[in-house]
Amino acid sequence: MAGSRGRGRSQFSFSVDALGFGRGDSLPSSAHTPSPLYPPMQFRPVPLHTGEEVDYMLALKQELRASSKNLPFHIQAARTKTDVARYSDKYQNGETKNNCIEWSPDWSRMPKELCIKVRKPRKTVIGAKPQLTRKPKVAAGKEEALQKLEKREEEQHSEEEEDEEKKKQNEEEPDADEDYDEEELEDETDYIMSYFDNGEDFGADSEDNMDEAVY
Amino acid sequence: MTAQEVRLCGLLLQEHFGNVVEKVGTHLIRSGVLNLRALAHETKLPLDLVKKSLCVLVQHGMCTFGAGRRGPAGPVEYRINCEHVFHMLRYPRYIYTAKSLYGDTGELIVEEILQRGQMTMSSTVKTVADRLTHNMPEGQSMDYSEVVSVFSQLVETHFLQRCPPLASAGSSSSGAVDTPLPVATQPTEPENHPDCYKLPYINLTGQGKRRRSSEDGEADQLRYYDCDDDCGDDGIYWQVNFQRFHLHFRDQAIISAVSCKLDQSSSEIVRTMLRMSEVTTPAHAAFTQALSANEIFRALLSSYNIARPILDQYLSLLVDDPMEFVGKTGDSGGGMYVVNLHRALANLARATLESVVQERFGSRSARIFRLLLRKRHLEQKQVEDFAMIPAKEAKDMLYKLLSENLVQLQEIPKTPDYAPSRTFYLYTVNQLPTARLLLQNCYKTVGNLIERRLYETKENKRLLEKSQRIEAILASLQATGAEAAQLTEVEEMITVPERQQLESLRHHINKLDSSENQVDETIFLLKSYINSTQASH
Repeated sequence: MAGSRGRGRSQFSFSVDALGFGRGDSLPSSAHTPSPLYPPMQFRPVPLHTGEEVDYMLALKQELRASSKNLPFHIQAARTKTDVARYSDKYQNGETKNNCIEWSPDWSRMPKELCIKVRKPRKTVIGAKPQLTRKPKVAAGKEEALQKLEKREEEQHSEEEEDEEKKKQNEEEPDADEDYDEEELEDETDYIMSYFDNGEDFGADSEDNMDEAVY
Repeated sequence: MTAQEVRLCGLLLQEHFGNVVEKVGTHLIRSGVLNLRALAHETKLPLDLVKKSLCVLVQHGMCTFGAGRRGPAGPVEYRINCEHVFHMLRYPRYIYTAKSLYGDTGELIVEEILQRGQMTMSSTVKTVADRLTHNMPEGQSMDYSEVVSVFSQLVETHFLQRCPPLASAGSSSSGAVDTPLPVATQPTEPENHPDCYKLPYINLTGQGKRRRSSEDGEADQLRYYDCDDDCGDDGIYWQVNFQRFHLHFRDQAIISAVSCKLDQSSSEIVRTMLRMSEVTTPAHAAFTQALSANEIFRALLSSYNIARPILDQYLSLLVDDPMEFVGKTGDSGGGMYVVNLHRALANLARATLESVVQERFGSRSARIFRLLLRKRHLEQKQVEDFAMIPAKEAKDMLYKLLSENLVQLQEIPKTPDYAPSRTFYLYTVNQLPTARLLLQNCYKTVGNLIERRLYETKENKRLLEKSQRIEAILASLQATGAEAAQLTEVEEMITVPERQQLESLRHHINKLDSSENQVDETIFLLKSYINSTQASH
């Protein structure tokens, strides 16, 4: 270190100008702040690929994303009951419960400890199935009449749950008829299911800049 | 797992399976291996929710379980397979490939199996037949046998495979030896099972049913329950063979590279060679089986119209090409040729790296980068001379590349003390670490794209919901035949500036989605290259 000063005196393997600053100049200023979050780009990025294949895969991706929200694999935590048990709870849509699984896996392929009660579809639906086969003609007539009366309210409620399908092949027919039919006949009540809406959802949506007047 | 990989896994799980599964999955990735109780305790979620999430993850093959550290007597331990989670990004590409190879039926089969993780053959056939019937004009329906034949083709070409059977965990089978669960660290490979690609015999005849309006919207769920009418293939589940798809993508990449570099006919020759060695080449082989020129000539499709001497010329051109796609290993049979798979992947990865540097730093920096790749170690003076770039600019570019970690500095001391006056400083580029660095950048990019898309959707949530509602109303109005005045009245509920906002939102989301798909192609290429270098060691 301190020794051997005599040999190879000041023979650097790189020339001083190659460093970028001359002898005696001050060092380049050090940075006081972190580098900017969005530094200005020197070169613009290359445009994306285009073409039929790209468009088809894009449509596929969006459609897969939308449909995966409807599959039973999309798990949501059950909403904890807030205050009082209400009569309308009996007629609410079967909310997901934590201790039931909505699809039936093959338990022999899973560890035993994961076994959880499989949620049977509502008894009313299975019970309603033979009724549906007997009553389609009657229901059809009733359907037409009732539809014209209460179409808009009903479909707004049931189609809020529909997702948009962008894929060219699968064009979904509106599910309004099916939902309507099922809800009407379920539990043999005379009321439409939205009658039992206990108003908890009112005001839950964002209320800023609502164009429609609220009565 | 790097931080970016964990973040991306979390975003993908959230997109497909919701917040609960995301929480469980991310925690399990970070912890490595955990058992059920520990997982529930640490994530502070109710035990049932954790059970449900694990069921979902196991169903989709993303989580494996096995006997833990305490042996078969102890609790079962779970681990997440991150690679499998990343495959979710590539689902559209798999489905599109199936469509291009096997038509709409193949596309729907692969889509169904991808979405549900594992399925039996009979339930797949029924679901796909129903979906196809749904889209057919009234009166026609899809026969099950057609779907079965496409399914068989997919299995024969190994795109679908049976799920590996589980060793029974201390089951009560009398007389059988109690085989313990395999240790969680070594999952059973599906290929080790001899019946991996054997089709079960099922008695399934019939046609797809059209969904009538009287069926309720839970038809899908019901199908899970009444599909117990035994078709003879109970307990045999099929999954998508991702490795086979990846081999196919790799072949496609090589063929398109050859057609870009040389010409269409040479790419057809390489395509033929790859097709011939599809079944005989093992997955991680460095090159295909040797094929003689005579065999290649016989296997060439007549539509390509390549004469024998032309074929020989093309083959010698391919062998002499510096990219080294094809190599000559012998002279018998008119010349024995192989496709150098690993070398081709390395060259493709190198081309990707060079193009990244070019697009981010300019063509002169790219020239320096290529120079360093070729010449390995150079001093600063030599870089300036070889690249023919003035000293100041070369220094600037080198330092910029150095700060981005694309170029490394190697010190070679002349004396044991690393005195700067007596040390050589050499610039160098190592392809493999640089590829890994870029791969992490790609993961970060996709994570950013997804987050931005979620942000955009959340900002305009109200507008999107309103437009969905309006479209639903319109659709139902049209279905029941309303007058044009009513339709226009409903359409006008969305104002013009809102329409513009919606349009620009859709445009942005399409762009972000499309970018994700494109970045995924780069991820695939870099990952294949990195895996190929590991396999050869």
